[in-house]
Amino acid sequence: MFSSTRIFAVMVKEFTQLSRDRLTYAMILLLPIVQLMLFGYAINANPKHLPVAVMVQDHGPLARSVLQAMTNTGYFDIVEEATSSRELDHALESGKAQFTVTIPPDFSRKVVRGPDPSGLNGAPKGAQVLVEADASDPASTGPALAALSGLAQTALVHDLKGPLQPRQANQPFEVVLHARYNPENVSAYNIVPGLLGVVLSMTLVMMTALGMTRELERGTMEGLLATPVRPIEVMIGKLLPYIGIGLIQTVVILTLARVLFHVPFEGGWLALALGTALFIVGSLALGFLISTAAKSQLQAMQASFFYLLPSILLSGFAFPFRGMPAWAQAIGTILPVTHFLRVIRGALLKGLGTGESWPSLAALSAFVLVVTGLAMARYRTTLD
Amino acid sequence: MAEARRLAIDVEGLNKSFGDKRVVKDLTIKVEEGRITGFLGPNGSGKTTTLRMICGLLTPDSGSGTCLGLDILKDARRIKRQTGYMTQKFSLYDDLTIAENLMFTARVYGLDRRRERVRDALEQLGLTQRRDQAAGTLSGGWKQRLALAACVLHEPKLLLLDEPTAGVDPKARRAFWDEIHALAGEGMTVMVSTHYMDEAERCHDIAYIAYGELIARGTAEEVIAQSKLATFRVEGPGADRLAREIGARPGVEMAAPFGMALHVSGPDRGALEAAIAPWRKPPLVWTEIEPTLEDVFIHLMNRSKDNW
Repeated sequence: MFSSTRIFAVMVKEFTQLSRDRLTYAMILLLPIVQLMLFGYAINANPKHLPVAVMVQDHGPLARSVLQAMTNTGYFDIVEEATSSRELDHALESGKAQFTVTIPPDFSRKVVRGPDPSGLNGAPKGAQVLVEADASDPASTGPALAALSGLAQTALVHDLKGPLQPRQANQPFEVVLHARYNPENVSAYNIVPGLLGVVLSMTLVMMTALGMTRELERGTMEGLLATPVRPIEVMIGKLLPYIGIGLIQTVVILTLARVLFHVPFEGGWLALALGTALFIVGSLALGFLISTAAKSQLQAMQASFFYLLPSILLSGFAFPFRGMPAWAQAIGTILPVTHFLRVIRGALLKGLGTGESWPSLAALSAFVLVVTGLAMARYRTTLD
Repeated sequence: MAEARRLAIDVEGLNKSFGDKRVVKDLTIKVEEGRITGFLGPNGSGKTTTLRMICGLLTPDSGSGTCLGLDILKDARRIKRQTGYMTQKFSLYDDLTIAENLMFTARVYGLDRRRERVRDALEQLGLTQRRDQAAGTLSGGWKQRLALAACVLHEPKLLLLDEPTAGVDPKARRAFWDEIHALAGEGMTVMVSTHYMDEAERCHDIAYIAYGELIARGTAEEVIAQSKLATFRVEGPGADRLAREIGARPGVEMAAPFGMALHVSGPDRGALEAAIAPWRKPPLVWTEIEPTLEDVFIHLMNRSKDNW
């Protein structure tokens, strides 16, 4: 049972205060734009041990050598052996694998026989290995793909001996690369949607964390607590204006992403909307939680940074998630930004909907519930 | 005297500690409805903590009681609805205008006829012309009057004021007190903490608290009479300069210059007279006077420190 008048009272008050604070305006609008320009092209890395799903339809020793050579580059770990191309597609789509490798049934035969010199059936076709890459994060796939292209020359050096020695002269097989989701390998495609997560965290967590502690510091909290207003009413009333701010920032960033960086919008609108809503509410609740623990604005600021730094560094925004050591990935998995990034990149770059993104959406929902519960439990109606 | 009026505040054995510091000790206090009670005591004596416990902002560690007939432990929300609490520090929003602050308060209390109430309050304050001025830009005296107006917007039955006139000039203080008396005249119970003696004298009765304990209670006259303090006033050439010398004598508790004169007092009349005997000769003129409230409070403060 709570009163909408009281929520309204807190909300209007918050709005009015916000509208008087010019620095806040700057933060709401300039932060996303400046960050977008700064990070748009800046980040790169060289991750190894990327997960690969393979489908081997040729069981000869040559095929095995190719896979062995791939693993030996250090860039690839085989995580799944698929039996159908549907399974492969699924592994790539769900993010379980970053690459898929298909070795067709006639691989060995074609290597041994060499390209058809007669030129029948169109162009001469030799042995092929098909590689599909999830290139939505080019920073993480680029070096691996470079390693792959050298493979054709070296992979079969030990196998092609004796009578087959001449087959080494030309490339014995061809690696056919197919980059999915971001075929032009544009870094910005990956960074820009990720920036949405970072900007939302920065503004929303910090602003709410500071908003409550400011009342404590200025002494207005005592006056507020002396009124019959309930904690949930204060929380809702204080957070509503910030939800609006979060939405404005989302629109600004997505518009710039489209206009300036030509980020593809593949679909998944519902997942995008749900993910954004959950993430905004969760970030606000977290800010509120920080403010119930912090005793001054300085403390609130420090606590916000304590959360923001890993959010930027370990969420897969600054560095490819798969490039991080296991312990860092474990921390990253706890952070809501990580899941938000998966939802939004999935939607914008791959067109993934709620069906595919549900694990991340569920993680975001759990975050909202836990943090809101904690914040409510910690908010005191007394000064004790 | 028969118990003619009902009690607005009736609390017993209140205790509150912060860490290992016991700020309020077994405090029992009753306040009759419609009276203005001055709440006095040195800094850090537990005045603010007591006011906060009465209005539900702090939970007492132990003790019980009622405020406006409601249990202070269980009915904090209902007490808040009928109580106006004016904090020591200005607790309205500096960056909202005068009118916006009042409107916010009206909404938070869920009042009806909000526009009307805010307009009336502004008119009463004489701030209608400045309604759109940011509250933070008001002078200290105006801030206090605005805070008071916000406190009584919901027509509370009990008004708790925590040092409302600290740092406010005498004219604004007088205006403030006239308003408090007007409110009490309408039946509101007022409890006001203060350090100013002239304000204490404007209260119907006084509660003196030191180191968390209530040590004097009653009207100003009663508190003075209870103290059994003897006081002399010395006048004559150089009288004001004798303060240190006389003050050092056993039996003299304090010797304070007042302009050209000196007030000398002590709790034991005999000992005091013996102490001042060497100076009781012309050209100095000694007259026994009624101790002022300030003399009594300093005396009470010294005494409770001795027991500490």
